[in-house]
Amino acid sequence: MPAIAETLNTVQSVADSGYKWGFETDIEMDFAPKGLNTDIVRLISERKGEPAWLLEWRLRAYAAWLEMEEPVWALLNFPKIDYQDSYYYAAPKKKAGPQSLDEVDPELLRMYEKLGIPVSERAILAGVEGTQARAPMAVDAVFDSVSVATTFRSTLAKSGVIFCPISEAVRDYPELVRKYLGSVVPPTDNYFAALNSAVFTDGSFVFIPKGVACPMELSTYFRINAKNTGQFERTLIVAEEGASVSYLEGCTAPMRDENQLHAAVVELVALDDAKIKYSTVQNWYPGDANGRGGIYNFVTKRGACRGARSKISWTQVETGSAITWKYPSCVLQGEGSVGEFYSVALTNNMQQADTGTKMIHIGRNTTSTIVSKGISAGRSNNTYRGLVRILPRASGARNHTQCDSLLIGDQCGAHTVPYIECRNAGAKVEHEATTSKIAEDQLFYCRQRGLSEEEAVGMIVNGFCREVLKELPMEFAVEAQKLLAVSLEGSVG
Amino acid sequence: MSGAVSLVPAASPADGFLSRYEGLTQRLPGMAEPRRAAADILRRRGLPHVREEGWRYTNLAALADVRFHEPLTEASGFVPDTDLPDLDGFDGVPRLVFLQGRFSAAESVLPDAAIVRSFAASAEFGVLPQPERDRLVALNTMLAEDGAIIEVPEDTDAGTLLLVSAGRDIHGTPIAFHPRHTLRLARGARLTVVEIHCGDGQYLNNPVTEITLALHARLTHVRLQNESPEAFHLATIYADVAADASYDSFTLSTGARLARVDVHARLAGAQGHVAINAAQLLRGRQHSDFATVVDHDAPGCASRQTIKHVLADHARGVFQGKIEVAQAAQKTDGYQMNQALLLSPDAEIDCKPQLEIFADDVKCSHGATVGDLDPDQFFYLISRGIPREEARAMLVRAFLGEVLDMVEDERARAMLDRVVDAWWTVPV
Repeated sequence: MPAIAETLNTVQSVADSGYKWGFETDIEMDFAPKGLNTDIVRLISERKGEPAWLLEWRLRAYAAWLEMEEPVWALLNFPKIDYQDSYYYAAPKKKAGPQSLDEVDPELLRMYEKLGIPVSERAILAGVEGTQARAPMAVDAVFDSVSVATTFRSTLAKSGVIFCPISEAVRDYPELVRKYLGSVVPPTDNYFAALNSAVFTDGSFVFIPKGVACPMELSTYFRINAKNTGQFERTLIVAEEGASVSYLEGCTAPMRDENQLHAAVVELVALDDAKIKYSTVQNWYPGDANGRGGIYNFVTKRGACRGARSKISWTQVETGSAITWKYPSCVLQGEGSVGEFYSVALTNNMQQADTGTKMIHIGRNTTSTIVSKGISAGRSNNTYRGLVRILPRASGARNHTQCDSLLIGDQCGAHTVPYIECRNAGAKVEHEATTSKIAEDQLFYCRQRGLSEEEAVGMIVNGFCREVLKELPMEFAVEAQKLLAVSLEGSVG
Repeated sequence: MSGAVSLVPAASPADGFLSRYEGLTQRLPGMAEPRRAAADILRRRGLPHVREEGWRYTNLAALADVRFHEPLTEASGFVPDTDLPDLDGFDGVPRLVFLQGRFSAAESVLPDAAIVRSFAASAEFGVLPQPERDRLVALNTMLAEDGAIIEVPEDTDAGTLLLVSAGRDIHGTPIAFHPRHTLRLARGARLTVVEIHCGDGQYLNNPVTEITLALHARLTHVRLQNESPEAFHLATIYADVAADASYDSFTLSTGARLARVDVHARLAGAQGHVAINAAQLLRGRQHSDFATVVDHDAPGCASRQTIKHVLADHARGVFQGKIEVAQAAQKTDGYQMNQALLLSPDAEIDCKPQLEIFADDVKCSHGATVGDLDPDQFFYLISRGIPREEARAMLVRAFLGEVLDMVEDERARAMLDRVVDAWWTVPV
């Protein structure tokens, strides 16, 4: 079976230990001063050349944020964040476009290489004049706060698809952005969403017009690079009637000693019969074995199935970050709309993850599926927290939730906190959860066939996650398998 | 889950209780210090609020609207024959009867094999229920006047004991009572306690029970909460289960306008066993919250929980269950199942089955289902000529049967069946 061969391959390449993606790119940055106040909010808005309404919107969010308190309900333990000790704006210094790859900052190219971006695309990403897109995937790389380049835009434009940095969308498609921005995650939704709304610097904007199936998978790489910069990207995806799109998000960050803050907001809107598939592989720096450093990841992701029969599907593989606070959700308004959440969350060493989903059933005959796989190793803590809410009008609503936890070692914790709220007699909700460890007989079987303990564990964990991994687009599934193995290093033996 | 949650307590309804306490301090039995400390906690933090995680589904604000009457010196207004529950089948079984929270010697029959003392005489607060951890315990500690301290000596089978509580307002004036019970089973002791709560009119029943089971001890605890439809029932149970001991409990909740039952069971010794099963049958605007915490603190223990709700009209059922497995509790086997039948479009179920696990060699699972009756089963019955209402009743009885079957004591089971049957005489 190719999948097993793949796994073995992965396990073999695991030999080089440590955080493989922990490189730091040394290029000139343009910083705003440290700290957060209305001046910084104004400065960000000004640098981006934003219209007055957006500045107003940011300032209102900032005012709301000041009134809010950092939530404490998650099973997470971290020192108080000093929001004044962070940079809220950092951009690579702007130069005239290079004429060939030779003129491109070699550091930037090396980064693309390590990220595995094909050569042909690197030129485009680096903004080399005259390069054209041929490969079938469009990439929007967010390098710290500014979207460096967007590839394949012209190919996409032919089908009417808009894929660009959100700052550009604000300029070029203001009425679309104004209509949808904050319509799924209002600026005052929660503490971190309010912070993001005030200071977001970039992110992607995707618009798929009526009846169009996006001709290629769209992809974004997020990286946090400069020291002590928070990254606050904002992604907005709108699929009109009958449109469909698959969007991939990959996250890596270089190795840093201090904790870095990341508070993103992702909003999805699906109209009648539209389909949005959103996949994430998150392997930001998790901190070292003693819990020093690592990313604080506080993300608000929410999709609105506004139209009848629309579908939003979240798939995530979370292996990175010191702290993860993330609940990709679906608001199922349209009749017969579908929400899905497939998740693998792996924590090792001192990592802490509190992640899950919310499925809000509003419309009739709405259905949702939740499959969550949590793996805890080392001294980590991994929590699934999910809400299924059936409102009175949601007759015929259906939910099935499955959450499984796997413990590796006796120093870690696995927790499950589901909330089920049902206010409709015609709805059906099912939830099952199990917690277990890797069975001795499974391990024995693998060891007997010559696999080392570490290889065996990697293979068993991949099998445990299969239901989720199969939901990922091919190239992501492969990366995810490797990541699982790498992240488990040092957890056995 | 969303939105910033403020931790500042809102105005609480504890003020009425505090002023009663202040008027009573000289007359309450036992040491004053624990009561003073409990009053301090309530003064500082008030009663639990919906903004607290454990209380997000149950609002105690309704308690503030009721002015509970001054303490009672003795039970009054009772007509024993009509006010006491139907105890058919329990002839000759020893019983401790509490009227409006006060022990009634006239109605009680003391057991032979168990030693019974009165809280009013000895005022033992015990060690498990702690006011600082739990504000309903603080409320009880501040105002408890009576209760039973029941002890079963080593290797003694004390048979069955009835613990009956009948509430009643005093000529239309609401009253509150806070019984404090202790159950202590020594090594190898056995006991079955059938606890019945019933009443008439508006009142608050706020019992706290401490249960300690020594090595090999076995306690079967069947609880029927059939309070008056205008009553408040806030019960807290703490059970500590030693090695190889067993605590087997079942609660049927069908009374009260607002009910909350908190069961905390701790498996303190190896190979212990805990079962916390419950059924909630609610209608009208009843609200009943069943909350459990099972602490697995020792290896090789098992816990079982099956909770079923049948909800009609505008009733709201809540289940919050938590299984905590400590690092030392290897080979834990934990199971939790929560099922709800919604018989009306206006009924609501909220549940939160929670696992917190710090040991790796464990088997823990939980499940939850919510839905209406199975249409295929319903069709099967009506196609065989069974009237719709009857078919519905049959299916609901079958649904409840799965959890009622866990009550092994035949007399207790027969009593519960009678209550369930009576529930159906009022059409849903």
